[in-house]
Amino acid sequence: MLSRTADHLFWQSRYMERAENTARLLDVNYQASLLPQSPEVALAGWRSLLSIYELLPAYTARHGEIDARRVQEFIVGDEMSPSSILSCLRAARENARAVRGTLTTEVWETTNQTWIEFRQQLKSGLLARDPAALFEWVKLRAHLARGVTLGTMLQDEAVDFLRIGSYLERADNTARMLDVKFHAVVGEPREPSEDEAGASRNAAAEFYHWSSVLRSVSGFEVYRKAYSNVIVPEKVAQLLILNGAMPRSLAHCMGRVLHSLRRVANAQSEETLRLAGKLKAELDYAHIDEILATGLHAYLTQFLKRVGDLGSDISRDFLT
Amino acid sequence: MGIMFDEMRAGDRTRAHYQGYERWLADQPPGQMQARREEAEVIFRRVGITFAVYGDKDSGEGTERLIPFDLIPRVIPAHEWRELEAGLRQRVTALNRFLHDVYHEQEILKAGIVPAEQVLENAQFRPEMMGVNVPGQIYSSIAGIDIVRAANPDGSASYYVLEDNMRVPSGVSYMLENRKMMMRLFPDLFALHRIAPVAHYPDLLLETLRSLAPQGLASEPTVVVLTPGMYNSAYFEHAFLAQQMGVELVEGKDLVVKDRFVYMRTTHGPKRVDVIYRRIDDDFLDPLVFRADSQLGCAGLVDAYKAGNVTLSNAVGTGIADDKSIYPYVPEMIEFYLGEKPILHNVPTWQCRKPEALAHVLANLKDLVVKEVHGAGGYGMLVGPAATKAEVEEFRNALVARPDNYIAQPTLSLSTCPTYVESGIAPRHIDLRPFVLSGTQGVQMVPGGLTRVALKQGSLVVNSSQGGGTKDTWVLEN
Repeated sequence: MLSRTADHLFWQSRYMERAENTARLLDVNYQASLLPQSPEVALAGWRSLLSIYELLPAYTARHGEIDARRVQEFIVGDEMSPSSILSCLRAARENARAVRGTLTTEVWETTNQTWIEFRQQLKSGLLARDPAALFEWVKLRAHLARGVTLGTMLQDEAVDFLRIGSYLERADNTARMLDVKFHAVVGEPREPSEDEAGASRNAAAEFYHWSSVLRSVSGFEVYRKAYSNVIVPEKVAQLLILNGAMPRSLAHCMGRVLHSLRRVANAQSEETLRLAGKLKAELDYAHIDEILATGLHAYLTQFLKRVGDLGSDISRDFLT
Repeated sequence: MGIMFDEMRAGDRTRAHYQGYERWLADQPPGQMQARREEAEVIFRRVGITFAVYGDKDSGEGTERLIPFDLIPRVIPAHEWRELEAGLRQRVTALNRFLHDVYHEQEILKAGIVPAEQVLENAQFRPEMMGVNVPGQIYSSIAGIDIVRAANPDGSASYYVLEDNMRVPSGVSYMLENRKMMMRLFPDLFALHRIAPVAHYPDLLLETLRSLAPQGLASEPTVVVLTPGMYNSAYFEHAFLAQQMGVELVEGKDLVVKDRFVYMRTTHGPKRVDVIYRRIDDDFLDPLVFRADSQLGCAGLVDAYKAGNVTLSNAVGTGIADDKSIYPYVPEMIEFYLGEKPILHNVPTWQCRKPEALAHVLANLKDLVVKEVHGAGGYGMLVGPAATKAEVEEFRNALVARPDNYIAQPTLSLSTCPTYVESGIAPRHIDLRPFVLSGTQGVQMVPGGLTRVALKQGSLVVNSSQGGGTKDTWVLEN
């Protein structure tokens, strides 16, 4: 396969994955905003959303004060922001268009139609009218894109590069989300509660916080199934980092990346494969207590850097 | 404009080959055709059958337009197509012979049939190609010949060749997609008629390209389509043809030349390329030989080509055969090379470089069509009867300044075909571009071609860049 083709496939699926994950986070934040919460907590939620994608400076430069409605509009439909859902869907579509001959007609048409309809949804004012419906729609289109890819594409290199792109992006997104959300609750010293009612309010807030984290990765029911237990932050971290059976966990994503990398291996990719394998093995044999003991933030920062480097290595070995 | 010829109707009578369609149309419930039109537009958008319009600044899909698709087919009876096909075969064969000749012995120049300076001083003549042998002596393996039909004084009509496109003719993807769309929208019509299929075009194209591969390859030839990229106006077609043939769609930056062989950069290292169906003009092929600023081609490509290690299709230098200053000589070429009478007519043409022709043209500008000799795509032409006084005067000055840059033709009364327009069904002018494939196995084509239609009332300009649309083209089998 042409290196340029592989490059477009890689980015096509990365952008689609990013659009989906962004919609997931927006959805969870929006759902949380419907619960009784103090204005500070609500603002912190929106601020954390911006910081996950490192968009806080761009947003502040553009709009100043954090405002729920404006943050949503910015992350969903800002033409200039390269991380907005709009920009991601456009980039996915442009990359697909560049290699439409490599894709099946169904995959191309699904990607193109998603782009066409998303703009119609925005124009019709759906975001203001029913944000949850818009986020749900983006998720559905991502499910559809994945299903159509699986159901129609020849299982060859093309599919491997699509997979590498989407799993690398997903690993990155899950790690970022976890970093910001974990920090928001566990990282800050908690006020000692004055009475029992205060303590139970705190427990309720924590429950909603962690359940929303889980819901953003479709992990709420998965958590219950895996642990049959109340929701505690350590177990949430374990599920999203180390549980290889959880489709959005770091371990699972790196497993899929490694699997596809092995299938496309070429004469110059040995070192890249070694690094990917090492990262995966470390996830396989890590223990959550060790990770938490050394500090989750430091761990995830390191992980994000390694995933970023892996992306550059893949690009050098295969895509240029 | 005097006598008109309509493909469907002759006065109150419907021509025999359209009667089945007319009966079917009368049976359609009201609103049905409008609903189908809207359906077609949605499908074309989703499929992304779009073209880019040059000069548009708008980013995103604003630059991607749909070519209007008309629901009423253009129907050609079998006997008419048989004659057209024979004429096309003959004409393209002669043009390929001409190309081989001008880049080798130049017998036609020596015989004084085509004036030598018309060829040798022409910007489209590529001296780099002198003495270069191309596989099968075939230069233009994919030709698009523009055909119009014009009314005769007795009410009949004749086909004429308006232009030969021997370089990189486009539009075949619309021919194929239009047919697919018609079959999807109106399956019952295809049960009612025996319509010659066209869907095997990509197979014929691949067979043609493979037949032209360099000699002595150890394995099956590797064919690629070379595109200027996704922002080119015909990108959809490039991607479509590559996909339909199952070959790679490459850009110049995907190619690299080493030791006079061409390779493409793949995820498993360089892979040799044997045949390049290139959809970029000569000027952009190779910065070492042609335009040094071109980013679209590949350095060293022409050297590898001249060494016979890769086939370019079409060959370099075919522009000399479709230059409008050469066009008037094509009937004589047919007699010179093939010893046959031309089956297809040329449109009578005044070569403005000849003083007596220029005088005639200047005296009759209002009634003539004037074209630049190197022009294409409907740009740089004057349609006298439709032009303003100022436009006519502007062309008059241009003509006097550089007469050799122009030819002129009578304003033909192009035939019309019923077409959906805002006010309902109305006659609109059409042309036809059949695609002629020449390989070592001979000349092949699928029946019909691309019918283009000028959607503006009275307009004769069918180019998609100038507001033209397309129709499905049916050749009826007996």
